[in-house]
Amino acid sequence: MSSRFPNKLAAVALLALLCGCHRDQQQPRGQPLGETVPAAASPDTIFPGGATPAPLDPRAADYEHNAYAIAQGQQLFTWMNCVGCHAHGGGGMGPALMDGKWRYGGRIDQIASSIADGRPNGMPAWRGKLTNQQIWQLAAYVRSLSGQVRKDAVGARADTMSNTPPQTETIRKPVEPADSAQ
Amino acid sequence: MSFSGFQTMLGADALESSNFLTLFAVFMAVCVVMYLLVIAALLIGMWRGRSSREQLTVESGRHHETEPAFRTALIGWTALILVGLTALTIASFFTDRSNASVAQNPGLTLKITANQWWWDVEYTSPDSSKMIRTANEIHLPVGVPVEATLQASDVIHSLWIPNLAGKQDLIPGRTTDIQLLPRKIGTYRGQCAEFCGIQHTHMALDVTVESKADFEKWVAAQQRVAFAPTTPLQLAGYRYVTTRECSACHNITGTPAGGTIGPDLTHFASRRSIGAGTLPMNTGNLYGWVADPQSQKPGNHMPTIGLEPADLHAVVAYLETLK
Repeated sequence: MSSRFPNKLAAVALLALLCGCHRDQQQPRGQPLGETVPAAASPDTIFPGGATPAPLDPRAADYEHNAYAIAQGQQLFTWMNCVGCHAHGGGGMGPALMDGKWRYGGRIDQIASSIADGRPNGMPAWRGKLTNQQIWQLAAYVRSLSGQVRKDAVGARADTMSNTPPQTETIRKPVEPADSAQ
Repeated sequence: MSFSGFQTMLGADALESSNFLTLFAVFMAVCVVMYLLVIAALLIGMWRGRSSREQLTVESGRHHETEPAFRTALIGWTALILVGLTALTIASFFTDRSNASVAQNPGLTLKITANQWWWDVEYTSPDSSKMIRTANEIHLPVGVPVEATLQASDVIHSLWIPNLAGKQDLIPGRTTDIQLLPRKIGTYRGQCAEFCGIQHTHMALDVTVESKADFEKWVAAQQRVAFAPTTPLQLAGYRYVTTRECSACHNITGTPAGGTIGPDLTHFASRRSIGAGTLPMNTGNLYGWVADPQSQKPGNHMPTIGLEPADLHAVVAYLETLK
């Protein structure tokens, strides 16, 4: 028996623990203070003749697979009446959010940009109404609706009554390419 | 029997709490008597030792007999238990009866909704122009029976104003209620008594019991719309509050700010505390709270906006006018 084996095991266990930390890392203030959603280098891809999107915003990693951010976003989704147009992800007056199709890009920074600046035909701009951190949190939740977020980060139940299985029970869809605009 | 203090179960400042205090005294007296008797019996048994019991052994042929003194004591003991339990049951029945009688004719009705981590208070009235909405504080007229219906919007909370009454849980999706008949003028502190998340500690309710005249004055002040800003700084604050992040969650009656997610701010500066009892209300604390609520009450649902210094001065100046 190798005496180094327990050490390796400990290292693996430690790594697993660290992953767990990231999953539920809470940053109630937003670091650094007053962080901004993408504005200068737009992540948008809808331009005449097409465009390559800017590289993924590094802050996306703090929100994308973070259970805390997704849960906060879920609460904001109800509080800010996103339900009024998008229903609970199924869509109504506004487009559905729980499919894998994104008109303005499905990357978290692209979704954040859609929320912050609004989109034609009714989507209002939330910049200045919500803090930038809240916009990131909402984007994290909206992205999780499409089933592209890790299963251990999504909420096990919705805040509202629901006739669909919880997100932890649905099939994870493959992550769509960045320029998944229709 | 009563004790002073703004958060004590021994205050007896309302009908309910004084009933409970009496009941507590009855229970205590009965239990102390029984306890002393048990200890006395134990000591007598130890003191008499083995010698006197040796006469009733198998060898002496009298093991089935009981000493006459023991026999009397055991019968007496059983009778005492019966009498004691009956007395406690009757006392408990009359306490409940007296408390329930308050509900029959309430002079004031409230609706209290618990949120993570603050109290939403509504004074209901058939006349909608007389309704009042406030947060984290209640004012009650002395000697008027009050009925409060209780709801929770997220998780289970529990309303506990120890000076006035016992706890009552607030459960999402259900309506519970509590009745109060405050008897003494004073300021008390209520507290959430069911662990409800990271800021459970900072979920206090300021309770003011006042004379009927003072209460009417308070009601009249609460029914007024918010004061308009007068100085340029206050006006700048008004513009920020009503058009930016603040109004997405907070309501200020008489202005375009109409959010319903956070506490109503119409008469915010007239309250005794900020953030559901987190900080006493004063200018310094207000600056601290508006600048960075997440460092004052980490995890609460008010985000740190990161206001520019000029905006911070303006917002605080405007909030201070909301008397």
